[in-house]
Parts: sequence; C-alpha cells; structure tokens
Amino acid sequence: MKFNHEFLEKNIGLMAVFIVIAISWGGLAQITPLLFSKEIVTPVQGLKPYTALEMEGRDVYIREGCNSCHSQMIRPFRAETERYGHYSVAGESVWEHPFLWGSKRTGPDLARVGGRYSDEWHRVHLIDPRAVVPESNMPGFPWLNETVLDGKQTAKKLTVFKDMFGVPYTDEDIANAEADVAGKTELDALVAYLQSLGTALK
Amino acid sequence: MTSFWSVVVTLITLGSIGAFAYLLWVCATNRMGKPEGESMGHEFDGIEELNSDLPKWWTYMFVVTILFGLGYLVLFPGLGNFSGVLNWTSANKQITSLEESRAAVANTNGMVQYDQEVSDANAKFAPIFEAFAAQPVAELAYNEEAIKIGKRLFLQNCSQCHGSDAGGTTGFPNLNDDKWNWGGSPEKIKETIMHGRVAAMAAWGDVLGDEGVDAVVEYVLSLSGRRGLDVKLVELGKSKFGLCAACHGPDGTGNEMFGAPDLTDQTWLYGGSRLAIEESVRNGRAGVMPAWDPILGEDKVHVLSAYVFRLSNPNK
Repeated sequence: MKFNHEFLEKNIGLMAVFIVIAISWGGLAQITPLLFSKEIVTPVQGLKPYTALEMEGRDVYIREGCNSCHSQMIRPFRAETERYGHYSVAGESVWEHPFLWGSKRTGPDLARVGGRYSDEWHRVHLIDPRAVVPESNMPGFPWLNETVLDGKQTAKKLTVFKDMFGVPYTDEDIANAEADVAGKTELDALVAYLQSLGTALK
Repeated sequence: MTSFWSVVVTLITLGSIGAFAYLLWVCATNRMGKPEGESMGHEFDGIEELNSDLPKWWTYMFVVTILFGLGYLVLFPGLGNFSGVLNWTSANKQITSLEESRAAVANTNGMVQYDQEVSDANAKFAPIFEAFAAQPVAELAYNEEAIKIGKRLFLQNCSQCHGSDAGGTTGFPNLNDDKWNWGGSPEKIKETIMHGRVAAMAAWGDVLGDEGVDAVVEYVLSLSGRRGLDVKLVELGKSKFGLCAACHGPDGTGNEMFGAPDLTDQTWLYGGSRLAIEESVRNGRAGVMPAWDPILGEDKVHVLSAYVFRLSNPNK
C-alpha cells in the first residue's frame, strides 16, 4: 500500500486525524507556551477571589448569556481606555475559569463596570433597562429578582475553584459559603458580581 | 517566557515556514511522470484532466507571503523571546498595578504603542485641561469649548443614570432644575462628582408601625400643600415627625449635609404619590452617587462640574 495523498483522501477517518493535527499545529506555538508563562499565571496585586455571592452572580451571568453581548476585555487603544478604563491585563484573569472575555459588543464592555454605577442602578437596569436608559435594546431580566438562591452548590463551586484552579479560598470561605448567599436573590448575586469587575487593578 | 518555550516557539514557527516552502516546491515541480499539458488519463463526458502547472499568480503570491512572514518575524516580536529588530510592542502586558502603567506612559520611549499614543494625547490635551482647571467652575460653565467637552463626558459617564437630557428618573435626580439635595453651588457640585454621595434614609416601618407610617405619610403630603387630607392623621403625623426632623429639618425643608430632600416642594426623587412616599418611609431609601475622581481624574471632573452647573444656570 502506497501512502500518498490519494490514500489520505480516500480514508476519511485518517484525514480527520491529519486535519486535527494541522489545525492544532499553530496552537502549539501560540497557546501552549502561554499556559506556562509567568505573566499569565501571576495575579495583579489587588486580585481577590470572588466571594460566594459574586461566584453565584458569575454563574447567573454565564447562564443568562451576558457574555454574548458584553465583552470583558478592554484592548490597549486610547479610544477604548478613555471610555472603559485601563486596558485588561493577563494578571486579572488568572482565576477566571472559564474566562468571559467575550468577542462581541452589542452592549458596552463590562471589564471595569465595578463601582461605576450604584447597586440600585444595576437593580433597576437589570429588571427593566429602559427605565433608566430609554435608548437601550438590552432585554430585561425581572425574574432574577424573584429567584432566591438555595446555596446548595455554592460551597462546592468554591471548592472546585480551590482544588482544580488553585484559587486561594480558605476553609472558612468554603464553610460559610452557603450562609453567605442565604436569602439573597439571583439579582443580588449578579449585582455583586458586576460591582466586583475590574476593581483588582489599582 | 522561559528559554525552553522560546526555542519551541521559534522552531515551530520557522519549521512551519520551511515546510510551506518545501510544499510549494514539491507542488510546483512536475512529479507526475507526464509532460506538462498532457492528459492524466481521467476523462468524464469529454472533459479531460490535464497535468497542469500551478497557476503562476497563485505561486508568486505564496512566495510573497513566505517572504512577508520572514520579514515580519525579523522586525516584530514573533519568535519566542526575540523582540524584533524594531523592538515594538503593543502594550505593557506584564503590569500589575495602575501605578506601573502610568509610569510606563510617562517614561515612554516610543516603542510601546499604547504608551506612546496616550503620551501624545496627554501632551496635546493637558494644556487645554490645565487652562480649564485654572478657571473657577462658575466661569468655565460659560466657556463654550469646555461645555462641548463636558457634554461628551456627561453623555459617556453620567447619562446612564441621569439620562441623556439630564432629566433624571425615579431614584436618579434631575439635574436641570434648581433643586439640589447635596447643594447646587459650583463647589458642591464638584464635590459630589469627585467623591460621590451616599444617602441613607432609614426604614421606619418597624419603629412607626402601620398607623404611624400612614400618619407620617399624611403629614409629609400636607407639607407640600396636598389637599383633601385627613386632618387628624396629619396632626398625629406631625407629632411623630421629630424622627424625620433630624435629617429633613423641623420644617421638612431638608438638609444638604445629609442629602435629605426638601419635603415641602413638588420635587420628589422617588415619586410624590402616597404609595411612593409610603414606600420611602416604611422601607427607606439608599441612593448612591459613585465617586468619579478615581475614574475620570480631577481635570475632567472640573469640566464636567461646569457642564452640570450650566444645566441649571443657563444664563450667566
């Protein structure tokens, strides 16, 4: 049997294997070294792990698909940093699993939205965006205000981040996780998460 | 990047380019055992496959991309830790604090593109903002250039809460009128924007009880001249108003020190209906204006203060 291109073309399984190798090849040079790169795994000075409530809020953010319309990645152009704040750096995303950088901005970037608006504004805005921004085309998320977190998975979430990703949660954080979110709504959690975004780089 | 990974990246990158060049050479030479232009023996419906050379334009373009790639790797960072002959980079990706980033911008040598861009802009705009900063807010408010900049800053940063017309909405104050919970002087406006404000109206539901809340609401309604009220309830409310007077003053005209609104006028931050006032009394309110000094810096806040002052003082 002669191994040539004709043979490859006629054996689709083998071709699939070679296609995967070809596609992964660039990643071997571009992505793999980053996983071991110092600046990628060193947190910025002010980085704090998400609190239990913020962690729940982050999951609400993921569930509702906020990252489909909002990026969390400020690029190093002045036009962007004037609007959103300092450009994002790798040390801020060290404990992000998965990262929520996003790639589409139907709405504004949220990488540094923390502290820009009051909690109350976020609540009004998430329930009905047009109550405060009449031009907005963002959907409302009124049910978040009605769903109370049960907190059953919260401790487990922190544990996974601690054990799998090396996020420095203390045993106390994990022990108190369920109590920390007790009685809070998903809206409380999401607002807490949003208010934490981008505040680590000081 | 460690030197190990640097070598890996370099080998993969250059090796791939070499492999592309080899692939191109293989495909460009006739290895089919037939002269160029002759039939390969495949025929379908009278159409024959000929042993053709690669299109010339396509081959040359492939060569050009290889040369471009090599040229790029010489000039720009691409081969592991080699930073390129130009020594160019887009941004300081290793910074861990804003302090470091500001220092990098201040000491730019032109090789970090972002630092140079910001440094150029600072050199251009700093004199303009310095000239504005030298003027008092009340004067700057009638400088049309400053107002244009102020308007941009307002639309970008303030309109989300106060509205693009600064008319506000429930819970977010109207900035066009002459009612100011925290003071409407140029100095007070600037102080509010610089450092933010935290208003805290306590929840009185438990202290007053249902009847007490009704009475206080009735009395508050009477302060702004609402008609058709229950006189007895107003009297009862008046006797309980001492709790409220600590912030709103004995006559209910408010206190700028606590951001306590004037209850005797027709302006209501959270609505002036019986229901809205009852909600305020029973459950309290917590208005927060964020601090903008850390985000915008004092020079921009100064211009913004002039814009906001102008809104309610259109004429000098």
